[in-house]
Order: sequence, then structure tokens, then C-alpha cells
Amino acid sequence: MSILLDEKTRVIVQGFTGDKGTFHSKEMIAYGTNVVGGVTPGKGGATHLGRPVFNTAKEAVANTGAVASLILVPAPFCADAIMEAADAGVRLVVTITDGVPAQDMIRVKRYLWRYAKERRTTLIGPNCAGLISAGRAMMGIMPGHIYARGSVGVVTRSGTLGYEAAAQMQALGVGITTSVGIGGDPINGSSFVDILALFEQDPETQAVMMIGEIGGPQEADGALFVKEQMTKPVIGYVAGLTAPKGRRMGHAGAIISAFGDTAAEKAEIMRSAGLIVAPSPAELGATVARALAQQPSRPVMVPR
Amino acid sequence: MDIHEYQAKELLTAFGVPVPKGGVAYSAEQAVYRTSEIGGTRWVVKAQIHSGARGKAGGVRLCPTDADVRQAAKELLGKTLVTAQTGAEGLPVHRLLVEQALPIDRELYVGLVLDRKRERIVVVAHPHGGMEIEEIAQREPAAILREEVEPAVGMQAFQARELAFGLGLAPGQVGQAVTAILGAYRAFRELDATMVEINPLVVTTDGRVLALDVKMSFDDNAMFRRPNVAELRDYAQEDPREAEAAEHGLNYVALDGDIGCIINGAGLAMATMDMIQHAGGEPANFLDIGGGASPDRVAAAFRLVLSDRKVRAILVNVFAGINRCDWVAQGVVQAVREVQVPVPLVVRLAGTNVEEGRRILKESGLRILTADTLSEAAERVVAARAAGVAA
Repeated sequence: MSILLDEKTRVIVQGFTGDKGTFHSKEMIAYGTNVVGGVTPGKGGATHLGRPVFNTAKEAVANTGAVASLILVPAPFCADAIMEAADAGVRLVVTITDGVPAQDMIRVKRYLWRYAKERRTTLIGPNCAGLISAGRAMMGIMPGHIYARGSVGVVTRSGTLGYEAAAQMQALGVGITTSVGIGGDPINGSSFVDILALFEQDPETQAVMMIGEIGGPQEADGALFVKEQMTKPVIGYVAGLTAPKGRRMGHAGAIISAFGDTAAEKAEIMRSAGLIVAPSPAELGATVARALAQQPSRPVMVPR
Repeated sequence: MDIHEYQAKELLTAFGVPVPKGGVAYSAEQAVYRTSEIGGTRWVVKAQIHSGARGKAGGVRLCPTDADVRQAAKELLGKTLVTAQTGAEGLPVHRLLVEQALPIDRELYVGLVLDRKRERIVVVAHPHGGMEIEEIAQREPAAILREEVEPAVGMQAFQARELAFGLGLAPGQVGQAVTAILGAYRAFRELDATMVEINPLVVTTDGRVLALDVKMSFDDNAMFRRPNVAELRDYAQEDPREAEAAEHGLNYVALDGDIGCIINGAGLAMATMDMIQHAGGEPANFLDIGGGASPDRVAAAFRLVLSDRKVRAILVNVFAGINRCDWVAQGVVQAVREVQVPVPLVVRLAGTNVEEGRRILKESGLRILTADTLSEAAERVVAARAAGVAA
């Protein structure tokens, strides 16, 4: 098991025929991802990388049975592409593109809520490295070979710091079920809480690593969720202890964001919620390994 | 991206937000000319910098005569103003806003901001404007009036009305405040702002409601579709190195330490800086070279880091996904040959094609120290800084 994605998941790529779409589609196929086609408006009917190209996401879904889409279109067109995928019934949309305007994301998130929960799209990103179910499939731009298959779920805002964690874990023989990059944008798709909930339900995942950054409320929300809803051990880290307080304009930001924006505050919130906080970013892997060693071998959990 | 007060007032005026009569001045002569243009008997000369808290720093002067306006302008122009929000280095004053001084009865606070938690535009207001608003928010958060904007329909008049009555405005002033708040909201929405702050929104003794001071910040990601806002950018208000970095697609923030950092990805960059501190050093900068680190970009990164005279060692830490290590290594070698790096250099590569990357560094004949892990990299650069053997 893994979360969100496995080798059977039917994946399309929006922005399939562009440079980035081509490069990363090849990498994903080579890793074992079931890429069944792609969307590039105006190039419908063509074949690319041995797979069909469609003009619209609806056509792609109707013809391939795709349930997931990777979005690699330029930022100005990203919101449109996400909404198109959601409207076509795609259940999982992963958006790699960075530079999407914040107000576009407000509209996108509002749009996703128009669907009933049973068919609502799970959005990952934007501005993220994507997700990978180790040894099974990936929807993203990460180097697949650094992820060993195993029992730890990883959720991270940062792409490259997620790579760092995976490599440290691999070096210690600790494997991963799924690693999810949720992205660093102020308004993004899935939050820490959304992904933590999926890991809690996944029978194969025995522990979770949660890697945050300075800024925003999502780490604190995640920590609260761990405290109240999770039975599995969660290892945390927050990057940016040395980050400077930025210059700022006015007071409005400070009025709406109370305690919990700095890395030190977030790490403290994690600790008090019962997370095991890695003492430094060089000890992400070692902290996970220690936590696993201290776990009595858990009975595999069956989702209720 | 931030803009000046006078620019924000011009933008808001187009959305129907009333502001005092005034105009920008680049010289003392122009400042005096503005007084005759806008009329009245008393004026305020306001230093234009990208910061609040200017009043307490002496950047806002009340002037009863032309001579006072001239004097204030002479004193302020060219000066570096340090406020509670600028940091110790302050910001240079090159422009002034000259405005009619108004007889003020009440000062209120109205701010519009992107709320990351609610994922909406939120309008906050309080009956007491001014500098103390943050303390009020901390002390009694319940006293802050809030309206969340439903994204599907935008801000509604009733929401602005609730705020206006909540601010305790008289019936004759509520309509004016509603116009100002809805105008500010439309500007926020249509110009891709991330913050609009009217502090204070004033009621004059003759019952008019005006935006006395305004700040606006914008979403850099949206500036491609807001050219009229993008052109308001004032590079003089930005750290020159940060501005140069942006031109090369790099993200640079100067810090106080002496170990230069060149890293891909913001999260890894922050983690590496944390690790340097953990190892006993202090980072000189944050620098994210992003994906697709071409040799030119790497060279630009080296030049940028070395333009900080404090730097006594450099750490390159690249975890290659899209970037291949061999490509990054070539960039580093090329940059070191081109740029002349007079300080010790530690390079840590990981990820795609890492062996090839390490081989290129080794065979370059350059004195580049390498490291395999994050902790090794941090320890090595801190030690190399102490030893001081240049690459």
C-alpha cells in the first residue's frame, strides 16, 4: 500500500508535449508510472512518447480512464488547467509549476469545493516536487532512485529538503511508502493535515516524517492533528531557525497571524504536540530510524 | 512587491477611495510648488519609503508655511530613514508626498490581507488607528472587526456596512466609509495585491472620511498581468544585491554572517543555513538558485555572494533532481575559473549523476573541498573558513 498513487494509477500529463512535460513524462514512465496519455490544447489526435494526446482533459479522461493528472503548464495557465482537470473528474491533481498567483489559488480552491466530497479532487501543490510512492510510481520531478521502499510516510513543503530526508533515510536503510511535496506557496492544495490523515489510514505506513518551513499556519495545524487524531509516531522538522525576520510593510499581516510563524515557535508547537523533532537537518534520517527502532513492531493497522 | 504611499493613493483613487489632496515631489522646489497647486493653509511633507512607522522616525512633518515645506523637504530628501520596520540599515528618501493637512476628529484602522489560514481575503478593522494596532490585536483580539470575503461572489456591501457601523461611524459617514472599503477591496482584487492597509482612515472635523495613509503590497507572481503596477517598482528601496539576484532568476537575502551559501531550493537553503549555525558558523546570505542551474546562473550566484565583502568561505549545496550533478559541477568549475574565488570553497553534491559531478570537481585541478553529506558540508565549511585557504 501507499497513499494517493501506485503503479496501477492511470495518469495523464497536462502540458504533455512541452519541453518540461516531455522530459518529466519520460522520467515518470521509466520509473514505472502508468502514464496513459496527455493534454495539449490544439495537439489532440497526435501521439507523444507512444501515448495519445488530447485537446481537453475531459476527452483524455473519457478515452483513457485517467484518475490522476500531473500539471506542468506555465503559471499563467495553471489555475485554468487545475479547474479543467477537476471538472473532468480527475481525482488527484499534482501541480509542479511555481509562480502561480495567490488569488488564482483562492479561486481554484473555491472551485474545488463545488463538488461533493465523494468526487472532490485532491490537489497537491503548486510549487512542489510532486509525490512518489517508492518503487511503484511517481508524479513529479524528483530523482526517483533516492527513495527506498519501506514503511515511512513523508510530507514536506520543500522539494529539495524532501530529497535530503529521503537520501538520509536510504543511507540508513529506512524506506518510504509515499513522499508528498505539498509546496511552499501561501495558498496551496493539500495541507499537512490532509496528508497526515491519509498516512494515518494507510496500513503500510508505520511512522511519518513531517518537514515544515517558516511562515503560515499549516505546521501548527498539522501538529494539533497529530496530537488529537494520530496513533503513529510523527517525526518533525522546521527549516529556517536562522532565517531573518523580513522587512515588512504595515501591520495587517501581524494582526491576522498570531503566535507560531517562526521556525522556533513551530518546532516548539510540534514538541508540545508530541512529535519527535529532529535536532538538526542532518539528522532527519537518524531521528526517523531511532523512532522506528523504539516502536514495538506494530501490528499492521486495518483501516476502519 | 511594495510601492510608495503616493503611488498607492493614486491607484486607490481610481477605485473611488477618497484621499487628501496632494502630489509627489522629488525636490524642495517641487515640494513648494505642490503647496500652491493643492491649496490650503497647512501641509504635511511625508518621506516616501517602503516602510511604516515613518512618523515616529521623523519622516512626516507638519508645515504651516511654504518656508517650512522647503526646509522639511531639504532635510528629508537624500536622508536615510530608520524606522521600527526597516531594520537598522534604514531606507533612502528620494521622493516626498506633499499633502493638505486636515483637521482630524477620529483615526480608524482598516486593513485587507490574504489570510493563509482561511485562504481568503480578510478585511480587518478597529476603531483606533495608528501604530498601536498590533498591540491591540495581541491584547484583545476580539476587539478586531473581521470580514472574510467569499471568493465566489466577492465582498458585499453589507460586509462593508457592518464594518463601518462597527467602527462607530455616524450615519452620515457610514456611506463614505463603505465606498472607501469596497473601493480598497476592488483594488486588492483587481490589481493582485497581497495587502492594502489604510491606517489611519480618518474622519475630519467637518465629517469627511478619507484614507490618510495607505500601504499596498503586491503578489510578485501576478505582476506579469499587472504591468501598470509592476512599473511602480522602486529599486532604490530594495537591497541592490537582491534586485540583481532577481534579474538572474535567483532569490538572495543578505544576512550578517560570513559563510556564503549557494543552494537549490528554499527549504534546503534554510536547512543548510541552520546546519551551518549548528556547526558553529554564521551564514552570510540565503541564496536559492532554483531548478535548472545553468553554468551562467551558477557564475552569477558566485558573483553575488562574493559581492558581500564579509564572506570568508562559500558552501555550495545542490541536491539535484532536475539539475544533474555533472551539469552543476561544470557550472561550479566554470564559475570558479571565471569569477576568481578568493575564499575557501566547499561543494556538496547529491542526487542525479552524483559520481560524474564529483569526478568533474576532482579532475578540475581546482582547490575545491567536497563533502558527501549535509553535516560534513557544514562542518567542512566552518573549518575551512577558519583555515582560510582559497579555492
